[in-house]
Amino acid sequence: MTAATWWALIPVAVVVLGFALRQHPARVVLFAALSAGLVGGLGVIGLLETLGSGFLNARYLLLIVLALPVIAQVEAHGLRVLAKRVVGGWRGARPGRLLLAYLALRQGSAALGLTSLGGHAQMVRPLVAPMAEAAAEQEAQGLDAGERERVRALSAATDNVGLFFGEDLFLAFGAVLLMQAFFAERGIELAPLEIALWGIPTAILAFAIHGARLLWRDRQRSRQ
Amino acid sequence: MTLTPLYVLLGGYFALISWRAATDRLRPKAAQRSAFFAILAVLFLIGDLLPAAIAGALVLALAVIAGWGLPQQVAAPASGNLSPGNQRLLLPVLAIPALTIVLTLSLPHLSVADVAFSKQAAALYGLAVACVVALALALAVTRHEPGLALARGGDLLESIGWAVLLPLLLAVLGTLFAKAGVGDALAQAIGTLMPLDVRWVAILAYGLGMALLTMAMGNAFAAFPVIAGGIGMPFLVSVHGADPAPLAAIGMLSGYCGTLMTPMAANFNLVPVALLDLNDRNAVIRAQIPTAIPLLAGNLILLGVLCFR
Repeated sequence: MTAATWWALIPVAVVVLGFALRQHPARVVLFAALSAGLVGGLGVIGLLETLGSGFLNARYLLLIVLALPVIAQVEAHGLRVLAKRVVGGWRGARPGRLLLAYLALRQGSAALGLTSLGGHAQMVRPLVAPMAEAAAEQEAQGLDAGERERVRALSAATDNVGLFFGEDLFLAFGAVLLMQAFFAERGIELAPLEIALWGIPTAILAFAIHGARLLWRDRQRSRQ
Repeated sequence: MTLTPLYVLLGGYFALISWRAATDRLRPKAAQRSAFFAILAVLFLIGDLLPAAIAGALVLALAVIAGWGLPQQVAAPASGNLSPGNQRLLLPVLAIPALTIVLTLSLPHLSVADVAFSKQAAALYGLAVACVVALALALAVTRHEPGLALARGGDLLESIGWAVLLPLLLAVLGTLFAKAGVGDALAQAIGTLMPLDVRWVAILAYGLGMALLTMAMGNAFAAFPVIAGGIGMPFLVSVHGADPAPLAAIGMLSGYCGTLMTPMAANFNLVPVALLDLNDRNAVIRAQIPTAIPLLAGNLILLGVLCFR
């Protein structure tokens, strides 16, 4: 381990410290970027060029913004209230059970490569979170501000877990092809099917753990 | 098919939001909000024509405005109507995923006027076209002209504020980290500090290394070549004789456990905080940790069992 190697860990330390001290994320990123440019010896122009081309190549991440006018418009006309009323009509609806069904749907569709069948802007905000909240309102003790926040956060978490541990089972998914390419470069030929199949045990485990947490949440709530 | 038309469409929308922010002086920090979206508009509309260093300077300016100039939190626009809407409101919402899927699957097989779509381009064009069609549907259902919907979308975007930029900034940071050799240094540090010729130590270092490096870089894809190249191949495969297929799959999924626990994965963990109007910035991460930690432990066991059958 040379001094230069330890030196290269400084940007990571900046990120960890920044987030641990609850600094503004944009500031953390800014200082981490400057320190990475420094230890990487990029120079001012090199740093700016890396920032610029990196940003331009990642612009596709913002395309989801195009969904916002649609969501805002239907919400202004009462979509979230509609979602709540629908769930209000289901007796025995509980947030955990509802989110368990969503987890199954999200993970199953992602495993078939249909990753766009969900997402925080398109599904969680307009539909999933309001439905889970409406289910929580049916619980004996009602829904206070803290529990509302927890139910919303759990809705977002469920979308993430379903997506992450579903998409890896899809043969043409980027990660599967990345792994295949990595080993091919080193003279080991793996079939995409082989890699995708070995993802199944973890996928089942993820569904079991998160699903159990969701049902456990309902149970704890009903006992309080 | 290049993505430029999509970026021009989005850049035009950012320009519109910037203009609105500049003319609407009732809300605080009009100048900063307007400048933020104006710079975004420039980067999307003509970013490819700019020298990379100029684009980089604009990105720095964006980060500075995001970090110091924009309001910390803007109340999300009230959800409007308190009476339940018509059931037809579901139509545009469901049209987005449905159309995206249809177009993602069909575009690569169509060749309209000799234009070929890659898989990624097909998915992005699918999403964009689906959103435009869904907007038309939403306007038909709610009987409004487009201006109002675009303005409402702008309000929603402003309520997300700087968080909207984070996924992009963090992706850029990942590129910078790679250039600075951060990942290799981390893999080396793990290799020096741990006796990797002991099999179970190597398994722990590989699985935990994937999770930790993913947390630091915000992206398991970036962590995989580093950890698999630094620990997986030289120690687990060559020295201990691990089966590479489960090693790869479960290693990547150990990285995903890290994704669940880091603010660096902003589009998954921080953007929903803004979208759902949560007070605690770490609320989503906090909701995910009790799933991620047992799952990571399970992955380490699976690595030990399935790679050495």
